[in-house]
Amino acid sequence: MMMIKRADIVIIGGGIIGCSIAYNLAKMGCKNVVLFEKNSLSSGATGRCGAGIRQQFGTKTNCILARESIKIFENLSQELEYDIELNQGGYLILAYTEKEVNQFKKNVALQQSLDINARFINVEEAKDIVPPLNTEGILAATFCPTDGHADPFKTNFAYAEAAQRLGVKIYTFTEVNEIGTENNKIVAVNTDKGKLLTPTVINAAGGYSGVIGKMVGVDLPVYSQRHQILITEPIDPLFKPMLMSFSRNFYCQQTPHGSIIMGFGDPNEPKGDDIESSWQFAREMAQKMTKVVPLLKEVSMLRQWAGLYNVSPDAQPILGEHPQVGGFYMAIGFSGHGFMLAPVASKLISELILTGRTSLSIEDKLDIGRFKRGELILEPSVL
Amino acid sequence: MKDETIICRCEDVTWGEIRQALEKGYTTLDEIKRVTRAGMGRCQGKTCQKIILGEIAKFCHKKIEEVSISTFRPPTKPVKLGTLAGDDDD
Repeated sequence: MMMIKRADIVIIGGGIIGCSIAYNLAKMGCKNVVLFEKNSLSSGATGRCGAGIRQQFGTKTNCILARESIKIFENLSQELEYDIELNQGGYLILAYTEKEVNQFKKNVALQQSLDINARFINVEEAKDIVPPLNTEGILAATFCPTDGHADPFKTNFAYAEAAQRLGVKIYTFTEVNEIGTENNKIVAVNTDKGKLLTPTVINAAGGYSGVIGKMVGVDLPVYSQRHQILITEPIDPLFKPMLMSFSRNFYCQQTPHGSIIMGFGDPNEPKGDDIESSWQFAREMAQKMTKVVPLLKEVSMLRQWAGLYNVSPDAQPILGEHPQVGGFYMAIGFSGHGFMLAPVASKLISELILTGRTSLSIEDKLDIGRFKRGELILEPSVL
Repeated sequence: MKDETIICRCEDVTWGEIRQALEKGYTTLDEIKRVTRAGMGRCQGKTCQKIILGEIAKFCHKKIEEVSISTFRPPTKPVKLGTLAGDDDD
């Protein structure tokens, strides 16, 4: 049975988005915040993500969000009193086609105009940064030294524990099965452990956010899609940055722990919530990465898994209140970048809920209404 | 058991770290794995998982068969990426 009967705000989802929102709301003074997670914390996409953090995006909105997120990441271990193992080894994004060369020049110009310290570099410099790189077919690259990596589990537990210290109640293994509305306004949340009255619900359910939308009778413009990852045994330091290519479709990074994590997005992957691992993925991934870094042939894969992207129409997150249901807020559609954007996204949505505006003044670029207004600016740099 | 006793030999996780995780309220194998890295190393928990399951059962006053185990992640034993890629003949 539920210990309390009423909450000011209910958050659905115990991943990095939900837990970071819980923390930010409590930090801003909100007293009665409850978070429901149907499984354990980080059991969804957070615990399954590639753990990378980058600022090298192709739209202004994503660049600004990522830049502000890195600023928060840089002080997060101190702020949350928990080592999140932030490691800024940079992201090296490889251009294999002329089209990419042109796109990357535009991206870097945009990034530099927004004070992101990315630069366009030649093949020799790329090889200096990653000595074991096979440069065959590479035309150029972009590099941002402050991009990097943090431990998603630790970051999420750090947020969750800090939120609890500030009074947030977190209920794991508690599944929301109904959301009550009256006159198109949120009034209650029903779970398998009992019912709670609340005027505000935040949908932070990631790959399952569409299911939560249906509970209040709205179709959210997001879909879920499986993405797979594998990890190797830990080895001595081999290269520092995340290696990434959009045209060859891969990302690969050595974690501070020494293991190498890698993934790619299958263009034929159907929409849905399948999270089974496939043998074909492991084989294709190994074929891709042993070409790019031939030394990896001698390194053993330890395990593989899959998780869900929650994809929005422009690959940028949807943050804000739903226009048809009062008190129903969304922090969804992160399109594979939820972990890296969580620190800033959680701050913005908390500001929006408690003050009606965001400190970055970009709420009108992130609301769900942008799709109806026809302001679709597609993010070109996603996997 | 002493706090210094190594439970997960692959990742050097001690009983003290696992005990602290339990006391913080992380009482499933998946949660302990995520907080401490126990079972994430080369043997993928083949050595430590049973010990941790036993300790969770004791801590939660449950029978060991009532404690759920982690999801199995392929492959069963480490495989070289070169072998996976299919070019182990060169």
